[in-house]
Amino acid sequence: MHPIAQKIQEKFPEAFVEAVEALGELSVSVKREKIVDVCRFLHDDPELSFDMITDICSVDFPNEEPRFEMIYQFYSIDHNRRIRIKARVPEEDCTIDTITGIWQGANFLEREVYDMMGIVFNNHPDLRRILMTEDYDEGFPLRKDFPVEGKGWRDTFEFLNQ
Amino acid sequence: MEELEDKKVAFTPPAVTPYDDDDDFDQDLTSEKGAKRVEDMLLNMGPQHPSTHGVLRIVLELEGETIVKATPHLGYLHRGVEKLAENSTYPQIIPLTDRLDYVCAMTNNYAFVRTVEKLLQVQVPERAEYIRTIVAEVQRIAGHLFWLGTQALDIGAMTVFFYTFREREVLLDLFELICGARLTMSYYRVGGVDRDFTPEIIDRLYKFLETFPEKITEYNTLLENNRIWIARTKGIALISAEDAINFGLTGPPLRGSGVNYDIRKAEPYGVYDKVEWEVPLGKNGDTYDRYWIRVEEMRQSAKIVKQCLDRLPQGPIMANLPTITYPPRDKVLTDMESLIHHFMIATRGFDVPEGEVYCGTEAPKGELGFYIRSMGGNKPYRMRIRPPSFIHMGAFEHMAKGYMIADIVTIFGTYDIVMGECDR
Repeated sequence: MHPIAQKIQEKFPEAFVEAVEALGELSVSVKREKIVDVCRFLHDDPELSFDMITDICSVDFPNEEPRFEMIYQFYSIDHNRRIRIKARVPEEDCTIDTITGIWQGANFLEREVYDMMGIVFNNHPDLRRILMTEDYDEGFPLRKDFPVEGKGWRDTFEFLNQ
Repeated sequence: MEELEDKKVAFTPPAVTPYDDDDDFDQDLTSEKGAKRVEDMLLNMGPQHPSTHGVLRIVLELEGETIVKATPHLGYLHRGVEKLAENSTYPQIIPLTDRLDYVCAMTNNYAFVRTVEKLLQVQVPERAEYIRTIVAEVQRIAGHLFWLGTQALDIGAMTVFFYTFREREVLLDLFELICGARLTMSYYRVGGVDRDFTPEIIDRLYKFLETFPEKITEYNTLLENNRIWIARTKGIALISAEDAINFGLTGPPLRGSGVNYDIRKAEPYGVYDKVEWEVPLGKNGDTYDRYWIRVEEMRQSAKIVKQCLDRLPQGPIMANLPTITYPPRDKVLTDMESLIHHFMIATRGFDVPEGEVYCGTEAPKGELGFYIRSMGGNKPYRMRIRPPSFIHMGAFEHMAKGYMIADIVTIFGTYDIVMGECDR
C-alpha cells in the first residue's frame, strides 16, 4: 500500500475504507462521518502537509448504494504531491460535514456541489445556490435523473429523439 | 530575468477596520443620542458593468466609500458544460472547452486532451509535443496581452490597450493561419494536433519574436513609472502566501505572493522540461506584483517559443493509433477508407477504458484541471472542470474588504477573470 494511505489507515482505522493507486494517482476512500478529521490530519501533519485545496466535486451513481460520491483533491506544495479523498453519501441522509474550517477555498466549491448535486454541507457558513438562481426549484442539474434539456417549461418543448 | 524592484510611492494601503455591529447604531431618530444616524449602504454592481469582463454581479456593503462586505453573485454565464459533456463523445467535448475561457481557447483544449491522453495512456509524437508547447505559449502571450490591455483600461490608462491589442491581433492572425479560427480554435486532438506548421507560420513566429521584447519594454514605459498606475496597483488586493494557498489560488495570483508553484515546473508536460526558462515570483502579493509577473511571463513565454522553434523536429503530428486518432488530413480528402475512418472518429468517438483521472494544466489564469470519471464507452460518466477563475472568485471577498469602491475593478481585474470559465 502507498505510505500515505498506510498512514491514514493507521491514524483512522475505523474510517478507512480503501486505497487505490492508478495512473500515478492515489485515491483514498473514507467514511463520511470522519471526513473533517481526515482532512485536518492531511492538512496539519507536517509529513503530509496537503496545504492547498485543488478541487471538490461529486459523482452521482443512481443504481448504487450509497448513491453519491464526494471527491476532494488536495495538493502539497512542499512535497509536490497530490491526493484524492473520496467519501460516499447516501440519498436518504444527503449530508456531509463542511471542510471550510480547514480550507477557506472550500466555501465556493462546496456551494457548487450543493447547487449541482444537492448534497448539504453541515455547518457551512453560507450554503446557497451559486450558479443557478437562488429561487431555482427544478432540482439539481448534475444528478443523473435530471434531463440534459432542463426541466420546467422546457418540458413542453418538442425534442427530436436521438 | 529582471529583478522585481520596489517602487517608492507616497501611498499606504487603507487599514482593514473590523466592522462593529454595535457601533452607536441607532435607528430611532428621536432617541437621546440625537439625530445622528448611521446607515449601511448597499450598492449593486453589475451584472452589466463593462469592467466585469463578462456578466458578474457584486453586492457591496459600504461604510462611506470603504467596502465592508462584497458578495459576488455568479452564474449569469452558466451553460452547463459539465452536463453537456456527459452526453458528448470525447472529440465532441473539445469545441465545448473552447467556450470556457474564450480568451485562451488553446490552453483549454490542451488541458482537456492531456487528461484524456492520461486516461488512455497515449504517447504523443515529439513534433506534436513541440507544436503544442509553442501554441500554448503563444496563447499565454495573447492572454496576458489581453489582460494587460483591459486591466490598464479599467484603471484609466487607455493607451496601453491599443498597444497590446496591436500585438494580439498579430497573434490572432497567426492562429487563423494555424487552425482557421481566431477565438474558438479546437486545434488540439487526442493524440496530437489537427494540422502541421507550415514554413510560413514558422517565419511569421520568428518575425514576431524578433520585435516582441521591445514591445514589452514599450508597454512598460507607459506603466512602470506611471504614478497613477503605481498608486492604483501597489498595495491593492493584498493576499499573504498562507491565505493564497488556503484559498487554492493558482497562477499569477499565487505566484504574486511569492509561492513557487507552476505546474509547468512541478509536473512538467509538453517539452517544458527540455527548454530553459524561469518562474517569475512576486514579493508583496499585490496587484503590482501580479502585473510584473504577467509581463515577465510574456518574456519567458517568448523565450520558450524561440527555443522550441529552433529545435522543432520533423515527424508525424498525430500518434499512430487508428482507433483513437484521426487519419492524416490530406488522405481524408483523397482516400475513401480514410474518409470513413475520419467520419467514424468524428461521429462515434472512441472508447476509453474504465477509470478516473485528474490532470492539471498551467493555463494563463491558473491551474485548469479536468477530472474525468469513465465507465468505459465513448462518453465520460462525469467530467469536472476545475476553473481557476471560479476558485479565485472565492477569495474575492477576503481580498476586497477594506478597500475603496474604485479599487473593485482592480481587484477582480487582478485575477484575470473570465466569466465564461467561472460559470461554465
